[in-house]
Amino acid sequence: MLTDFSLKWDKFIVNFIDKGGYKQVVDGLENTILVAVVGLVIGMLIGVVIAVISVMPKYPILPYAIQNRFDRFLDRFPKKPLLRVVSFYYFFYAIMWILQRIPFILQKICSLYVALFRGTPVMVQLLMGYFVLLPSMGLKVTAVQASMLIFGLNSGAYVSEIMRGGINSVDAGQLEAARAVGFSYSASMIKIVVPQAIKNILPTLGNEFIALIKETSIIGYAGALDLVYAFKQIGTSTYEYTVPYIVLSVIYIALVVVITIGLKIMERWLAKSDRRR
Amino acid sequence: MIDVVDLHKSFGDHEVLKGITTTIHEGEKVVVIGPSGSGKSTFLRCLNCMEDPTSGSIIFEGEDIANIHVDINRHREKIGMVFQQFNLFNNKTVLDNVMLAPYCLGKKKLGKMKKDPSYTGPKTKKELNAHCEEEARRLLRRVGLEEKASAYPSTLSGGQKQRVAIARALAMNPKVMLFDEPTSALDPEMVGEVLDVMKELAASGMTMVVVTHEMGFAREVGTRVLFIDEGVIAEENTPQEFFANPQTERLKTFLSKVL
Repeated sequence: MLTDFSLKWDKFIVNFIDKGGYKQVVDGLENTILVAVVGLVIGMLIGVVIAVISVMPKYPILPYAIQNRFDRFLDRFPKKPLLRVVSFYYFFYAIMWILQRIPFILQKICSLYVALFRGTPVMVQLLMGYFVLLPSMGLKVTAVQASMLIFGLNSGAYVSEIMRGGINSVDAGQLEAARAVGFSYSASMIKIVVPQAIKNILPTLGNEFIALIKETSIIGYAGALDLVYAFKQIGTSTYEYTVPYIVLSVIYIALVVVITIGLKIMERWLAKSDRRR
Repeated sequence: MIDVVDLHKSFGDHEVLKGITTTIHEGEKVVVIGPSGSGKSTFLRCLNCMEDPTSGSIIFEGEDIANIHVDINRHREKIGMVFQQFNLFNNKTVLDNVMLAPYCLGKKKLGKMKKDPSYTGPKTKKELNAHCEEEARRLLRRVGLEEKASAYPSTLSGGQKQRVAIARALAMNPKVMLFDEPTSALDPEMVGEVLDVMKELAASGMTMVVVTHEMGFAREVGTRVLFIDEGVIAEENTPQEFFANPQTERLKTFLSKVL
């Protein structure tokens, strides 16, 4: 058994080092990390935006400057019902009505987006995106670029829910205090609430990142060279899979350990405003 | 300074304020007292539209800020507010808590100010930052917390937090200060330090509206006391008259319980 393994190991080493298999592995590692990191960054951006939209006040309201302009504009129209119809009063009124409800409309769109991306497997999204949607839109992208985009969109749906929980976990008094000194809703969100929310959700966000790194193992199906694909090719060329897959697993574990340590450091850095050390 | 006209506020079916009309004049120290659930906090929160009034108007500097089409943020800069739960920004140091609003809101106006030839204040972001920091340190000195400038709020005691909150509200140079039960969440021995800051503030001529259960403070500092009960002003008077000769039966029973 042991001699059997050492034989396999030698075979792998020959293929990995002497025949240059490591080059593919390095490229694959780079792509894996790239897709995961870019995916998470895109996901965070989308997630924050969706989360902020979904916690926005629900009642119809426009920024005061736009509303005032509308009021003044609509005031100039004649008061008689028939004349109003002829003068397109109701047309402009309808535009105002829709603009006032933009937050509500955006919320509906966002919940549709989340339902779509959480409701289908990421594999289906990748195949659908890379082989059907992107080509049909006339976009020429590499498999890696498409993967970044798809994983970004996918994790955006998950991060948005995590983020929403994070925003809700911040005491409502923080937003009130920021509004009371004169910050607008968006400024108070950006400066006060979201930073605290991100701090609260950092462990969960790390979870998402680790899951993302492992999920990227499917990008080989779109023809992108990632870690799994690279090791699979080494295996195929020797008909010997044991050692390549063990090494592959070890590399993934090492990646996750590194991320875990990085997250710990980041958490400690962000916790400097807490009493905990 | 603030005219409140027939102010109503309902939460769903529950009507909390049932028509309040009063005027807060410049330099006045109005103390609002009343049993819990009477709507005194809601009344205060309506003054800077933290709660949007259901109907009625609040005229501040000639503009009805209860109107939803008015830029409320501009007016809130001029109405300082201090909360029962302090609500310091947890992710900022004490100094940043105080200077955040003047700096960030000042930055926005910088472009417009530069065109004004009579304007002599800070002209660049750097100057503005230095100016705001100096101002913030001055305010922290005023509330006796200058040495805590680089500490985070979580390391402060309740009384210290509330003093920082007062400094933060003062940093915008407000014309009126609203206090929402500023000492109710404090240990008894910390109440004094916060009240001292408030007394000093009152002596400097600031217009103040204070919701409180501190009857001693009302008597000593207040120039007018409002008794709010069941959503209306049941009685208002100077503190001497208010505590010595309560007119309504409701106030008599209330005072007999709290004094």
